[in-house]
Formats: sequence, C-alpha cells, structure tokens
Amino acid sequence: MSEGRFSVRTVPAPDRQDEPRYDFRTNLAGVDLPNPVLTASGCAAAGRELEQFFDVAALGAVVTKSIMLEPRSGRATPRMAETASGMLNSIGLQGPGIDHFLEHDLPWLHERGARAVVSIAGGSVEEFAALAGRLRGAPGMVALEVNISCPNVANRGLVFACDPGAAAAVVSAVRDRTSPSVPVFAKLSPDVTDIVAIARSCVDAGADGLSMINTLLGMALDLDTMRPVLAGVTGGLSGPAIKPVAVRCIWQVHAALPDVPIIGMGGVRSGLDALELVLAGASAVSVGTAVFGDPGAPARVLSELRDALAHRGFAKIADAVGFAHRDMPHRKD
Amino acid sequence: MSDAASRPVQVRGEVLSTRRVGAYHHMSLVAPGVADPTRPGQFVALAVGGADTGLVLRRAFSIYRVNSRGVYGGTVEIVFAVHGAGTAWLAQQPPHTPIDVVGPLGKPFALPREPVSATLVGGGYGSAPLFGLAEALRSRGCRVDFVLGAASEDRLFGALDAKRMASTVAITTDDGSSGLRGRVTDALPQVMDRAGTEVVYACGPMAMLRAVSEVTRDRGVTAQCLVEESMACGIGVCMTCVLPVRDDDGVTRMVRSCVEGPVFRGEQVRWDDIGTVPADTYGAPVVAH
Repeated sequence: MSEGRFSVRTVPAPDRQDEPRYDFRTNLAGVDLPNPVLTASGCAAAGRELEQFFDVAALGAVVTKSIMLEPRSGRATPRMAETASGMLNSIGLQGPGIDHFLEHDLPWLHERGARAVVSIAGGSVEEFAALAGRLRGAPGMVALEVNISCPNVANRGLVFACDPGAAAAVVSAVRDRTSPSVPVFAKLSPDVTDIVAIARSCVDAGADGLSMINTLLGMALDLDTMRPVLAGVTGGLSGPAIKPVAVRCIWQVHAALPDVPIIGMGGVRSGLDALELVLAGASAVSVGTAVFGDPGAPARVLSELRDALAHRGFAKIADAVGFAHRDMPHRKD
Repeated sequence: MSDAASRPVQVRGEVLSTRRVGAYHHMSLVAPGVADPTRPGQFVALAVGGADTGLVLRRAFSIYRVNSRGVYGGTVEIVFAVHGAGTAWLAQQPPHTPIDVVGPLGKPFALPREPVSATLVGGGYGSAPLFGLAEALRSRGCRVDFVLGAASEDRLFGALDAKRMASTVAITTDDGSSGLRGRVTDALPQVMDRAGTEVVYACGPMAMLRAVSEVTRDRGVTAQCLVEESMACGIGVCMTCVLPVRDDDGVTRMVRSCVEGPVFRGEQVRWDDIGTVPADTYGAPVVAH
C-alpha cells in the first residue's frame, strides 16, 4: 500500500520521539499495553483481515472473536439488521474451534508482534474451563476475556452474565485453569437490573478485570413481510446507539469498584467516544461495530484519542481513567 | 491476504458523476489505487450517509468498470438501485462529495486459460460486473454471448454494451416489454446450443443464479456465479454474508461471500438451503434427541 495521503496507515507510534513527555501506556491488571485502544471481540475476527488496513501490532491489543471448543457454523441468515445508529447481529458464534485457533490464529498474531486478548465462549462451566486449559501458556495471549454475556446462544435464558452465581462459577473455573500471569476479564451484559452486583460477584470469583458492555438484546421486524428481520429472531444491538448505556455501566461499576480495571466498549466510533469511556472509568477501550463501517477505525480512534487526551492536558492515560468521577459524592470520603 | 495482487485499500474518494440509467443509478467515483488492481467480479464497499451518519454499515457494490489512467488517479464505476436509506443517500450526492472507498474486495471471476466459448448471464443491474469480464474474455480470444434479463425494459442494464462486445445478445423480460417474455433461463439453453458454451458466468438475484446453475449442471457446463449477499463490512470480519457452500471434499461450510466469494462455482453453492444452516454443515448445531 502506498504511504501517500490516501493511506490509512497513519497510526502514530505509541512513543513518538517528538512527544517524549506523553505516556500512552496503560496497565490492565498487571499487563502493560503500549496504548489503550483495542479491537472488540467479534468485530475483528483474529486480526488478519484488518492487517490489510493498518498494523494490528500498533494497537494496544487485538481482542479476538470468541472462540469455542468445537467448530461452529453459527446461525442462518439474515444475521444482521441495520438500525438507527447501530445494528443487530445474530451470528451465533460462528468459528473454527480452539484447535484451529491455536494452530493458525494465535500464532499469526504472535508472529506479528500483536498482543492478543483471547475471548472464549462456552455453553457450560466445564467448556469454559476446558478452553482456559487449552489456552494456558499459549504464546501471544496477554489476557483472557470470558464471554459470559453473548446473547446469541441457543438458550437465550442461559446468559451466564445475567446471574451472579453462574457468572462467578465460570470466572472461578477459568481463573483456576489460567496462568497467574494472565489476567482474566469477565465480559458483562448490560441486560441486567444491577450490573454492579454481577461485577462484584465476578471480581469476588477471581476476575482481574471487567469488559463492558456486550450487546443489548434487541429485535427488528420487517414491515413488508411482517416477520422478524433476523433468522435468529432476536439479536445483539451494538453501535453508537448503545454508547450511553456503556458509559452508564462503566460509570456505575467504576464508582463501586474503582480499583478493578475495565476494558470499555460500546458504540465507540471516534477518539472522543473513547475518551468518554475512559473518563467514565475504562483503562482501555475496544472499537467494535465501527470497524464494519470503517476498517481503519481502531487506528484512527487511537490517533484521535491521543490528541484528545493531550489537548486536555493529561500527561498519561492513567490520569484520565475515571476522571469524571472526581467531584462525585462517592469520591468524597 | 494470500491474493496479494488484489489487496484492498481504504481511500478517501469522491463522486465524479452520477446519472440515471433506466431504473438504476450509475455512479463514477474517483478512488485512487482501487482501479488498477481490480479484476472483473470484485467489488467496493462504500461508507454512506456522510460524517456523523446514523448509517453505520458499509454498502457493497459490484464494480461495473474501472479506469486506472487519467487525471483523476483512477476511477471506479458502480450501478445500483435505491433499496433503502444508504442507496437513497448515495443516489443524491453531487460531484465532489467525499466518499470513503474500500476495494477492490472479494475473489474475481476465474478466467479460462483456453479461448473457450463463454456465455454471460445478467439479471437486472446484476449484469454490471459482466462487461469488464467480457472485455477480459475477449482479450483472451474467447467467444462471448450475453443473456440479459429483467422484470421490465427499464430494469435491463447494459444491453448496448453487450451488443458491442458479444457475438449474440438475448434479452428477456418478465413482462415482455423487451425481447423474449420470460426468464433468462428460458433463453439460456438455446444460446448455449448455438454458441457451444463451455463456461457460464452469471450475476443477478439468488433465484436466477439457482436457476442458471440448474441449467448448467444438467449440461455439464461449469458456472461462475457472483452472489450479492447482504454484507455489513465487506472485508471478512462481520460474518453476516455467509451462505452454505460445499467444498471439493464435499463438506458444507457457512462461508463468507465477501472474502471466499462473491464468485462461486454454481455447483458448490447449496442454493436451496440459503437462509438455513443445513444439518450436515461443518459445525452445525447438534439436534438434541
């Protein structure tokens, strides 16, 4: 690809020589990342496709599409419906299974020098535990993200993240099977009455950090056929439409558990969106649905966030994390 | 990825011109770096709606023609019908509107090594990618015949282009407003007999591709079918544009039409099963007993 003015390969190196004072590194439960911008699970496959548009190793990390033990076909089509400032998806966790992932996808990321946050999904506590066991010691994996909140599972009542006990059981089993040097992040669903309660139970069960938010369960009808648009009937809502929900969830959890690192995601399309999640309490930010509309979005958001932080006088990212809470009653103790 | 020759780029392009063609819109876009590597059958994915739009997904369009020379640094032409908010927006954009373009995307039509007789079948504006293909086939010494079909005359696209390039052109319309009243597959067998067709290339609605594949299968002729599945990204990450395709080992997988297609061999696609996950698909849900 040419490096001309039309190129999107304009990711500034994290430590540019001309701005030596600026520290863009972030720490996620003991893991140092060169910057706080990540892909979001399910929106970047395993990085290979996006590498055509920017250097995925220049991101803080690549969060891979949730991997399961066995290969999985996913659901029938239509799997997608565009909605106002967002989209519904009902993919059904299509994927090649852990063997293929360990043989092809993770090594590719590792060879690129990219840091992988590996997302895992399972239908039972045992499946999650088995996945964690298979991944133990895998080179290139810097953290695990436990997808206990995918709404596109066969039994939609069986979303682990909607029940504190079930969420804790998965997190505890994964934590037990994972190397102590690899932090475990639990990915939470916003479709709960009290996300703080779920967050607490995950942390009590050993989660080193939290990822939030997964999609919201939604639905659209086709007004010509007067039937559901999605073959799966319901789907996960994502995109800018859900950003306020993400900000609220991150805010509430960071207020209650200020020492627990959060990977924030939900409707991030620009550096200012990312900044909003950081100010609410996220130590890193994933760019998800925006990638579908703009494959260069993660690199662009990284660059924009860097500028947005610098313009506001933050010398390092850590100073901005949760900054919006500073005058709140919950901080006056 | 492995097809390094057609590695896509993301560029800030702009509208050069738009005009109505029958029921469709023809748009020419300045898109530096996209035209040159483009091969017939590939597509572009455009951002629609402008800055701060609520339309968050890319729109994929087959490439009608490209011009890699000239003062504009390369142009790409597409033909589309207005289906929803995104295409309605696109149709209204004046020259110089900036448009973010990603392309060329997807696997192109496979071209024969020998100068064979090729028949090109297009339904509606689905014919658009067939004209660049016709030029490529002709330059290899292939005989080219066209069958173009549509619901009505204003929904035919490229009949004049076809007449200029092809040995013969057969036209069909559902309402008989132009050519033979009927479907492309009503005309296709006779055209194949006359032309001694050795390969069929087709693009159009799924039902047409399925019918064309049946004709070619019965005659033992290979068909290269370009599918237009609904896509969110066009680059292989969203997993929405899948369809059941049987590989050479007989294993059916849900494959992405954006990166493993959009061109498939007709006999590989399980046309009857589109919109489902056939029970014998690799990784299909196991039915509980």
